[in-house]
Amino acid sequence: MFKNTLAELSRALDAKKISSVELTEHFLNRINQYDKQLNSFITVTAEQALKQAKIADDQRAKGNATPLTGLPIAQKDIFCTDGIKTSCGSKMLDNFIAPYNSTVVQNLNNAGMILLGKTNMDEFAMGSSNENSFYGPVKNPWDLAYVPGGSSGGSAAAVAARLAPIATGTDTGGSIRQPAAFCGISGLKPTYGRVSRYGMIAFASSLDQGGLFAASAEDIAMVLNAMAGFDKMDSTSVNEPVPDYTKTLNDDLTGLKIGLPEEYFGEGLDPAIATAIDNAVKQYEKLGATIHKIQLPNTKHAVPVYYVVAPAECSSNLSRYDGVRFGYRCQNPKDLLDMYCRSRGEGFGAEVKRRILTGTYALSAGYYDAYYLKAQKIRRLIRDDFVQAFEKVDVIIGPTAPTVAFKIGEKASDPISMYLSDIYTIAVNLAGIPGLSIPVGFNQGLPMGMQLIGNYFNEGKLLNVAHKYQQGTDWHLRVPGEFEK
Amino acid sequence: MALTEKDITKIAHLARLEIVEADIPVYTNNLINLLNLIAEMNAVDTNNIEPMAHPLDKPQRLRPDVISEQNLRDYFQKNAPLAEAGLYLVPKVIE
Repeated sequence: MFKNTLAELSRALDAKKISSVELTEHFLNRINQYDKQLNSFITVTAEQALKQAKIADDQRAKGNATPLTGLPIAQKDIFCTDGIKTSCGSKMLDNFIAPYNSTVVQNLNNAGMILLGKTNMDEFAMGSSNENSFYGPVKNPWDLAYVPGGSSGGSAAAVAARLAPIATGTDTGGSIRQPAAFCGISGLKPTYGRVSRYGMIAFASSLDQGGLFAASAEDIAMVLNAMAGFDKMDSTSVNEPVPDYTKTLNDDLTGLKIGLPEEYFGEGLDPAIATAIDNAVKQYEKLGATIHKIQLPNTKHAVPVYYVVAPAECSSNLSRYDGVRFGYRCQNPKDLLDMYCRSRGEGFGAEVKRRILTGTYALSAGYYDAYYLKAQKIRRLIRDDFVQAFEKVDVIIGPTAPTVAFKIGEKASDPISMYLSDIYTIAVNLAGIPGLSIPVGFNQGLPMGMQLIGNYFNEGKLLNVAHKYQQGTDWHLRVPGEFEK
Repeated sequence: MALTEKDITKIAHLARLEIVEADIPVYTNNLINLLNLIAEMNAVDTNNIEPMAHPLDKPQRLRPDVISEQNLRDYFQKNAPLAEAGLYLVPKVIE
């Protein structure tokens, strides 16, 4: 059952070949059997899941089902779930039971999906390897000595090992696309404002966006239909209609203009990944697409700009953790100042502290213009590169990450080298456009990812272009041997 | 104008973030390295470029000033480290 796509499982439920209870038990058993090796879940909600599954089966019997009713999903532990621990991978929120549902969780509940549990992640979504979690690192299912990527590493590993057929993630600088690439699955970061951020614990508010991991683009399309949309509870949510993303999956690609940015294929890119993308591009030519060389000249500034904007917004957002209303409080504070300082000092891990310090510095008196304002100006130049490119092409193709997954511990002592591994994903967040990573092969047993970048609100086109490739290839259907039993 | 350990202590205080003594040199080094990377921005000509605050260049949406939430104080206070009679308790502020 676990090898089936979500679309296949939906049809099996519809035809009464399986029940939601059976399906949910199947995945809960797999989590039970395999997650000790992976550490991809922080909380497993087995009891509630089975209750939800019974209700879903009743609804199907009554004919009240959506295509998603009774299908299991894992939620990144950054999405608030009413009455269920929501830790954000941090000691700070280890004792936090969310008192409301995020809109994403609520939308998927309303669609009848079953919550299997909450997945592991880098603390407050800050990291590219999942080594920054209070709950320990997540392992890459293709080789347990390697990182799954981050920050949504738990969701990516769980889907890659088929412990869940689909999972949510969030992406501030690549946190969906990079782990999707490292784990050999599909991962979509939608347009900024497409998916509500209400109840999604904030890291960098002008960049954060919720999205999905699944084996195939088709599965993402099915769930995005229910997940996306305007939300009055999120002041940055965009009031644009949500198309049926499954309707355009099979659109013909004849005449599709694909742009290959020169800057994405230069120094630092693993030649095996360049070759794999080259092969995928040839595949698209066979499907009728035309290939165009393009330039995104400000690409090289994306990492410096990001490491001003994201820490600045992080330092502001994370000032809410003060040990007063919720979250961790230190023992025996001697006064209020001591309580603030020690609660935060003891509750946050090293990477979070680094970013708070950087952001506080960048926003401190006398430095604002030189850092945050300067970064916001270059951010516009980066955005304008994409706007100009999309006057000439329909989608942009490049690598998701410069290399395949690295070893656990390999970059842990060098934050900058970790930051640079997000070089191809960060500009997309700064511009606010959608990006999708799909698997395009393996190098020495580890998956390689290709990134499709689209214009604002063109998620449907990205899913279409990915689906057409996946119709002719099987990289996305491969399951790591150890988890195939 | 390289950052010093004294600067880090000051920034940490501004952020109300305790950094244990032994870690101060580590964070100082981390920030120096990161600021070196960020300094690449200085080479970019940004004259006459408007800063971009919102990815879609849209203003924040406003809503009518009417109450839309229910009072769930007791439920929310279940997460409080220390609460009593509807109040959040903190160490004594005024002697």
